[in-house]
Amino acid sequence: MEKRVIFRGWLLPICLVAPQLIISIIFFFYPAAQAVWQSLFIPDPFGLSSQYVGLGNFEYLLGDKYYRASFLTTAVFSVLVTFCSMIPALLLAVCADRLIKSSGIYSTLLIWPYAVAPAVAGVLWMFMFNTRVGIVSWYLGQLGYDWNHVLNGGEAMGLVVIASAWGRISYNFLFFFAALQSVPKSLIEASAIDGAHFWRRFFDIVLPLITPTAFFLLVVNVVYSFFETFGVIHTITAGGPQQATTILVYKVFSDGFVGQDLGSSSAQSVILLVVVGLLTVIQFKYIEKRVHY
Amino acid sequence: MNKNILGVLAASTCLSPLMAMAQTEVHFWHAFTGRLGELVAAQVDEFNASQNDYKVVQTHKGNYSETLNAGIAAFRAKEQPHILMVFEVGTATMMAAKGAIKPVYEVMAESGATFDPDAYIGSVKGYYTSTDGEMLSLPFNSSTPVLWVNRDAMSAAGVNPDTDMSTWEQVGDVLDQLKAGGEDCPLVTAWQSWIHLENFSAYHNVPFASKDNGFAGLDTELMLNGPAQVAHLSAMGNWAKDGKFIYTGRRNEGGANFRSGECALFTESSAGYAGISREAEFDFEVRPLPYWKAVASEPQNTIIGGASLWVMQGHESDEYKGVGEFLSFLSTSDVQAAWHQNTGYLPITAEAGEATRASGFYEKNPGTDIAVIQMTAKQPTANSKGLRLGSFDQIRGIIDEELEAIWSGDKSAQEAMDSAKERGDKLLRRFESANK
Repeated sequence: MEKRVIFRGWLLPICLVAPQLIISIIFFFYPAAQAVWQSLFIPDPFGLSSQYVGLGNFEYLLGDKYYRASFLTTAVFSVLVTFCSMIPALLLAVCADRLIKSSGIYSTLLIWPYAVAPAVAGVLWMFMFNTRVGIVSWYLGQLGYDWNHVLNGGEAMGLVVIASAWGRISYNFLFFFAALQSVPKSLIEASAIDGAHFWRRFFDIVLPLITPTAFFLLVVNVVYSFFETFGVIHTITAGGPQQATTILVYKVFSDGFVGQDLGSSSAQSVILLVVVGLLTVIQFKYIEKRVHY
Repeated sequence: MNKNILGVLAASTCLSPLMAMAQTEVHFWHAFTGRLGELVAAQVDEFNASQNDYKVVQTHKGNYSETLNAGIAAFRAKEQPHILMVFEVGTATMMAAKGAIKPVYEVMAESGATFDPDAYIGSVKGYYTSTDGEMLSLPFNSSTPVLWVNRDAMSAAGVNPDTDMSTWEQVGDVLDQLKAGGEDCPLVTAWQSWIHLENFSAYHNVPFASKDNGFAGLDTELMLNGPAQVAHLSAMGNWAKDGKFIYTGRRNEGGANFRSGECALFTESSAGYAGISREAEFDFEVRPLPYWKAVASEPQNTIIGGASLWVMQGHESDEYKGVGEFLSFLSTSDVQAAWHQNTGYLPITAEAGEATRASGFYEKNPGTDIAVIQMTAKQPTANSKGLRLGSFDQIRGIIDEELEAIWSGDKSAQEAMDSAKERGDKLLRRFESANK
């Protein structure tokens, strides 16, 4: 028979969830509501006057082919960042997990890049790949490859993906490493006795057992690539060349804080909110079904 | 001993607010760090030491865009400073915000401080005056593009470093010779839109935008896809294709290449002087910006880049008196001459320029007067007074993108500029409706 503790009255439960609720309302619901409200206006930067335009901001945005193109750019960018940060992290975690000695040192070293702020990481990578003085582009030049991310959109995309994924590998590593450590040794030993080699054991036993972690990281990384990467893009490419790296969140930033166009910027954040909301729903509805807790 | 020191410290901490109370504080937000930041602080200290009624408090608020944003956010929170430094592309934004700013001519008239609008150099002042000639903000740091020449690199490639490079036709020949002589980086530029479109248009007396480049109204449209601009950008695009013009980025990234001696020619602001004179280990020279003989028989004036000081609304009248005194102090000949000589920025008054000449500075530092001459040789026309376009920071971003398409060979100059006009005009229309 199921045992349940049921609160008497409402006061205590409300008090218990209140801190979380208040924080959500102040830092999430209130600004989101403001953004929705502001997206209906074209205000001047100083807040002296504003014109009600209804859905005019949305019409303006969706009628702009560069804005529509940035959806595709964002999709490509976030898929690449998510893969480039999760796959190497998993690989490194598997390697560190196999170590018997000094795995502590390795894992500590691997976590370090996470401490580097995105904008700083951006500057580091920008210098390494600087088309004229960068050390990596110099070596590429020696190999006969002419690296020029200021004019080549594909290379620019590659560079911002690497710079964004780099610090995230550490974060993902940490979670994968912990998940791998919690896989019961008895299961692995039993299958080893049954004659399963390493990769067989990995795919049939380990991987299914760490899917909850992998799923969590998938959601978190997608959200990261949507929202937190604008520092990297701002420092390396500023969205260029020819908008090849202008992802949605960068456009929110540059229209709002460079162009002082708060109406368009608010409308874009509303659109972004809807997109990320839909993505999260899809992830939970379809991918989570394959996750075994 | 220790107790005494503590006592003195405690006493001074208690007293200092009292002493500050006696003076009216004037807050000044600017965007300068490093050497420029020190020079601004020195100006402020000198002003504070020169009188007892007012105390200017200077604060660094980040780069140009960040300083403007900080000012806007502060105004919304009713915490705005008295004086805000705004870069030239933010001019239209400030000008349109009539309830947020107090025009400089008004501040000066009310404060009774010495102010002679005619003392300022026309082409500097013109950028910041209304169409009826009233000064709206005080020009602070202004520079204009010039051609920097690495004479050693010219010689190394077998080109006579004294070759005349007044016109782009001549520069084109020099680039051919440099390339043939084995130079890997014949030409780089900084601030491509500012130099090769905005200044290019003014210098050849062709419009950059309709309505007198936006001075005459918000219903302006870009005209940067005219035949003169397209011809110049096509030539640049061909040079880029042949490896004679090397593109390094949207800002002044090319400066590093020029200062290291890697490149022969460099189009950059006259304010590049401080950095180049400090770092260059080669024989360098400043030349006037070239012009196309085929487009104009002789060049008009170039326009400025840099920043001006805006006075914000919402303060007490005795504070505005202090603002007036400070702005008047900044415009004095000595302060301006020192600023011009230390930074390479243009002097904002004709008197400061003459004082600099009289002191023999230009003979000791040849080429430092080229920018002044280039700016002042001719009376500015409607096409060369400056630019006043809303959302201009973003429009520059669009122009940068389209220029990159030319350099990479993705688009012809005409296609790229047509597209820049179409995209930029959309932003201008939005700015117009936001500021109706």
